[in-house]
Amino acid sequence: MIESAIDVIITGLVLGGLYALIAVGLSLQYGVGRVLNVSHGEFIILAALAAYSLYTVTGVHPLVAIPVVAPALFAIGFGLDRTLFNNLRRTSFDEDHFEGRSLLVSFGLLFVIQNLMLVFWGAGLRGLSVLNTPVEILGRRYGLNRMVTLLVAVTVSVAFYLFIRHTRLGKAIRAAAERPDMAEALGVNRKRVLAICFGLGAGLAGLAGILYSMMFEIQASRGIELTVVAIVVVVVGGLGSITGSLIGGFLLGLVISLVNFIDPSLSLVAFYLIFIVVLLVKPSGLLGRQIHAD
Amino acid sequence: MLISTILSEEKPALVTIPLTIVALWIAPNIIPASMAISLITVLMYAILTLSWTMFSGPTGYISLATAGLFGVGVYLSAILRGSLPIEVVVLIGGLAAFLVALAIGLLTLKLKGVYFILFTFGVAALIRSSVQWFETRISGTVGRHVAGASNETVYLLLLILFAITLIAAFLLKHSSPGLALQGIGQNQVAAEHIGVDVTRVKVLTFASSSVLIGMTGAVMATRFRYIDPNVAFNPLISFLPVLMAILGGISRLYGPLLGSLILVALQEWLITEYPYVYLLVFGATLVAVVLWLPGGLVEVAQKGYIKAKIQWIKLRMRITRLRRERQAKRR
Repeated sequence: MIESAIDVIITGLVLGGLYALIAVGLSLQYGVGRVLNVSHGEFIILAALAAYSLYTVTGVHPLVAIPVVAPALFAIGFGLDRTLFNNLRRTSFDEDHFEGRSLLVSFGLLFVIQNLMLVFWGAGLRGLSVLNTPVEILGRRYGLNRMVTLLVAVTVSVAFYLFIRHTRLGKAIRAAAERPDMAEALGVNRKRVLAICFGLGAGLAGLAGILYSMMFEIQASRGIELTVVAIVVVVVGGLGSITGSLIGGFLLGLVISLVNFIDPSLSLVAFYLIFIVVLLVKPSGLLGRQIHAD
Repeated sequence: MLISTILSEEKPALVTIPLTIVALWIAPNIIPASMAISLITVLMYAILTLSWTMFSGPTGYISLATAGLFGVGVYLSAILRGSLPIEVVVLIGGLAAFLVALAIGLLTLKLKGVYFILFTFGVAALIRSSVQWFETRISGTVGRHVAGASNETVYLLLLILFAITLIAAFLLKHSSPGLALQGIGQNQVAAEHIGVDVTRVKVLTFASSSVLIGMTGAVMATRFRYIDPNVAFNPLISFLPVLMAILGGISRLYGPLLGSLILVALQEWLITEYPYVYLLVFGATLVAVVLWLPGGLVEVAQKGYIKAKIQWIKLRMRITRLRRERQAKRR
């Protein structure tokens, strides 16, 4: 009994770490930039496939590839915000109009990126087997890749939390999220902050993608599932709250791991049920700002 | 009131709607058989898109529940088709979609913007995963066989549904609920203040337009022949209508038809040699349309037509002026 409890908790934390990383990226893009980026999952898969190719072709270990892949995705995200979303922001009447249009544009991006990946990598499953030596924790054996994932996810989450709380740029990002006009009046370069946020979101997706490639089989068409995970976690944590996404990620990971233990075929049902109930009962999520009712 | 509006302002629609239906009715007999089969897909997407625009177009509430409503129709058809004639099955599919949409509508009264989009998406996903769980755990099947219907029957049924959708969309646009919906889209509070029963109009329009989505699902099940939750509740069925409506032109009657024609044509043209390129092209087009052509392709065509007409009138005026000047000189 205790053994299975430890099992559920550790699997939940590993899953939750990945969820948290995935969700924080989206939370940055939506919370600050107001772009509900439904192509978020495609960025994750893109990074996973890049890590796969780097490993199989040049033999570079996925963990070593992080400093290459994550900045590359940051650059792509930064560029996309500067061109596409900046253009949209300039030409929309108001915030709501922009939200709708940017959602549609990210739908377009979803199709473009996903099908580019299908053209280059094909539709088949690709698996990496790295770091799969077992390690013993509290008398149970787990794959080293899972433990590394948990370690990286927790480190990055904490580092990111400190960055958002205490650095100058982090403060500018929070200011731009909470009171865009006031932040701008006080000298925050909003355009640059927004592009950085979108880039950071894509970069975190890159990091998550590399961890994903070490744990799961990669398939080019799986991005949408990851986007859904990100959206559910972000809503549960509170749209726009970065800390909420971190907590929500770990929380949902634990819940799903528990449901998986009871009946694996129920995990998706539980996942969507939590999502819908949160939307109905408390749309602002665990830590979200109060949304203004009409 | 209604008839006079139709006669005075929308004369072309009285001609174009019957013309479109007749053209689509004759088309399978003229064009090659392979293209006639693609027309089934065109009609399916056209109905889904047009019924989606009835509610989401004027109000701006983007619903992603289409796949859920469609799938409900598909599954009921698969279960009932063996014991009931297809017409009855289609009606039941429509009724079920109505009830599901009514429930969604009542639950989402307070949700706006992104929250509405996310909720409708979540409901469709929840229905899908619940059916999947039920099938594997309780009924112990992965998928179901559906007694098929001939391509001609499927086409005829879809054409009838399309005609109903087209007429309903046209009537809605020119009736007081339609105007109320537009008012809600532009300013919900103001609409409430001038006496629009916002809740009733929103929920009833959403539920009624969903009837057609459920019916289409029930018809398409007999064409799929074999279904499982991944076919019936394919999330693309929620996404593609939105994209096709935007591409074709969301506020125009023929935008959805044009959007579906383009998508299916791209699909047929590219799918054999470059299987993924059609969705790639589609995505890129969508980005371009949202950025540069907010009215969709139909508006582009209309603007082009009007510009050409203006040029033509200018040219004729010029010719008459020249003629007059020449006559004056002779005198």
